[in-house]
Amino acid sequence: MSDLYLNAALSGALTGLVYGLMALGLSVIFGVVRVVNFAHGEMMTAAMYGAILLSQAFKLDPLVAMAPVAIGMFILGYWLQRGLINSFVTRPEHTQFMLLVAVAIILVNGQLIAFGPNARNVQVDYALDSYQFGSVILDKVRIYAAIAALAVSAALFAFFRFSLTGKAIRACADNFLGAQVVGLDVKRLYALTFGIGAACVGTAGCLLVMLVDVTPAQGPAYTLLAFIIVIVGGMGSLTGALLAGLIVGISEAMAGALFVPSAKSMFTFALLVLVLLFRPQGLLGRTP
Amino acid sequence: MSVLFDGLPRRSLIALAVFFGLLLVAPWLVNAYVLSILVVVLYYAYAGQSWNIMMGFAGQLSLGHSLYVGLGAYTAAALFVRYGVNPWLGLVVAVGVTTVMGAIVGFLAFRFRIGGVYFAILTIAFAEFTRIGFDHAPLITAALADYTGISVDKFPALGGSGGLFLPVTNLSSNDLLNLRGAPIMFYYVMLAMTALALAFCRWLLASKLGYYWQAIRENEEAAAALGINVFRYKMIAVMLSAAMTAFAGVFFAFYYNNLFPEQIFSMNRSIELILGPIIGGLGTLFGPILGAFVLSPLADGITEVLQWAGVEIPGVKQVFYGVCLLLVVVFLPNGIWPVLAKRFKLGREQ
Repeated sequence: MSDLYLNAALSGALTGLVYGLMALGLSVIFGVVRVVNFAHGEMMTAAMYGAILLSQAFKLDPLVAMAPVAIGMFILGYWLQRGLINSFVTRPEHTQFMLLVAVAIILVNGQLIAFGPNARNVQVDYALDSYQFGSVILDKVRIYAAIAALAVSAALFAFFRFSLTGKAIRACADNFLGAQVVGLDVKRLYALTFGIGAACVGTAGCLLVMLVDVTPAQGPAYTLLAFIIVIVGGMGSLTGALLAGLIVGISEAMAGALFVPSAKSMFTFALLVLVLLFRPQGLLGRTP
Repeated sequence: MSVLFDGLPRRSLIALAVFFGLLLVAPWLVNAYVLSILVVVLYYAYAGQSWNIMMGFAGQLSLGHSLYVGLGAYTAAALFVRYGVNPWLGLVVAVGVTTVMGAIVGFLAFRFRIGGVYFAILTIAFAEFTRIGFDHAPLITAALADYTGISVDKFPALGGSGGLFLPVTNLSSNDLLNLRGAPIMFYYVMLAMTALALAFCRWLLASKLGYYWQAIRENEEAAAALGINVFRYKMIAVMLSAAMTAFAGVFFAFYYNNLFPEQIFSMNRSIELILGPIIGGLGTLFGPILGAFVLSPLADGITEVLQWAGVEIPGVKQVFYGVCLLLVVVFLPNGIWPVLAKRFKLGREQ
C-alpha cells in the first residue's frame, strides 16, 4: 500500500516540475512587467496544439518540437506586449486584468473553433515504456519531461544570472526609474521578458502534452494553477515557483491516490488557502 | 426618497421614467422570445449591480461571483426540493449562507492585506473549490460517512455532477409565493429587483458608507490614514455584495429549474456576470444595467445571424464577447455610460 503512495508521489513530483516551468513563465512576466498574464494557461494550450500539429505533420517528437514552439510563442509574447499590453503598463491593475481576460476568452474560443471540443493528445512510441527502481515504477515520458523541464529552468536561471540582457531585465524589475536613467530600452526589455515568459510556458506545454490530453476549455484551469503555484512559491521567486510546482504536483497525485483524481484541484486550492493563511508571502517569498 | 433623485437633471428623470415605463409595458409589446431575452438581460443587470458594489464602489475585484450565485441557487433549491421550504424563506437562508461565505472570503483576504490580483485569484479559487466540491457531493458525503460514521442521510444529497432538478411548473397559473409560473411573472420579479437594486445602490453611494468605499477604492493607505476602518468597510462590501447576489442565484434556480455545479459555479459565469458592469461603466449606477442591455442582445443577435447564415460553430459568441471586452478596455476604459452621460448631460452636476 505504501508503495502505491510512494509511486503516486514520485510521478506527481515529476509532473510537478513541468508545472513549475509553466509557473516560471508567469512569475517572470509578473516580476518584471508587473502585468498579470491572465491568458497564461490559454497560451500554454495554444503551445500544446502547436506540438500536436507538428507531431501530426512532421512526426516531430514533442521534445524536439519544443524548439520551434518556443520560438513561435516568443514571437507571440513579444508582439502581444509590444502591440497591446505595453500601453496598459501604467494603467490600473484591474484594467490590465480585464485586457488579458479578453485575450484569454478570445484564445480559448478561438481554439474551440479551430480544433473542436474533443480531447487530443500526442502519441510517442515510448509512451508506454517505464523504468523500475526497486518497487517504484515511473513512466519514461514523465521522466523525460521532468528532465527537460529542469534543463529549461536551469537555462532560464543562467540567462538571468549571467547574460547582459538578463541582468538588464532584472535591473528593470528592481528599479524601473533607475533602469530608464542608465539608458535601458525598457519597452524592448519588457517585450523580451513577455516573450521569454511565453517561450517558457510554450516549452512547458510541449512537455505536458506528452502527459495529459488537451481540450480548448482547459486553459483557465491552467492559468489558475500557474497562479496558485506562483503565490504558493512566493511572488518573484523563481526557485519558489519550481518548488511550489513540485509540491502541487505531489498534492494532485496524492489526491488521486487517496480520493478521486477529478477532485485533485480541491487539494491545490486548499494548499493555496493554507499558504495565504499562514505564510501570505509564499514559501520562498520575501516578507513584504 | 429625495436622496434618490437629488441633483439629477430633469431630462435624466424623464429618461429614467421612460426607460422603466417601457420595461413595465414591454410584455405587451414584444413576443415570448424577446421577453425571454429581457429576463436574461435583467438578470445580468441585477447581478452586475450586486458585483459592482464590490468592484465599482469599494475597488475589490471579485472574479468568483458565481460562487454566491451558485450557493444561493443550491440553498434555496435544495430546501425547496427536499423539504418543501417556500422559496422566499429559502432566499432568507440563501442570503445568510452567501453572506457567511462572503465573510469567510473577505476575512481570509483582508485580514492578511491580500488585495488586487491576489484577491481576485482567491475569489476564483473559492468558486472553483466549491464547484468541484458540489460535483463530488455524493462522494464526499460517502467518504465522510466512512471516516466519521456520520450517516449520509443526514445531509440532503445535492445531486452532484448529475444536477439538481426542480419540479417543472404549471405555466398556466402564476404562484408568486412559490415562484412557480410563467416567464412573465419572472420578468416582473426581476424588473422589480433590478429597480430596487438601482435605488439601493444610489442610496449606498450617497451614504457615509459609500464615501468610505470610494475613498478606499481610490487610495487605501490614504483612507486608512484618515481613520477609516478599511478592514471593516471592505468586509461590509463583500458581504453585502454576496448577500445581494444570492437573490440572482435563487431566481436562476426557480426560473431554469435545473442546477449543475459545472455550469452555475463555472468561471465563465463569473466572467459573463462582470462583463456588463465593466462595459457599461465600472462604479456607475446605470453602467451595469446599460452593459446588460448592450451585451446580451448583441450576443443573441450574433447567434441569430449565424444561425440564419447556416453556421453553427460553438465558441463564436464567446469570441465576440472577448472582442467586445477588448475594444471597450482599449478604447473606452471607463465604459459606455460615462460617455453617454456626458454627451446627453444625464449625469449629476458635480
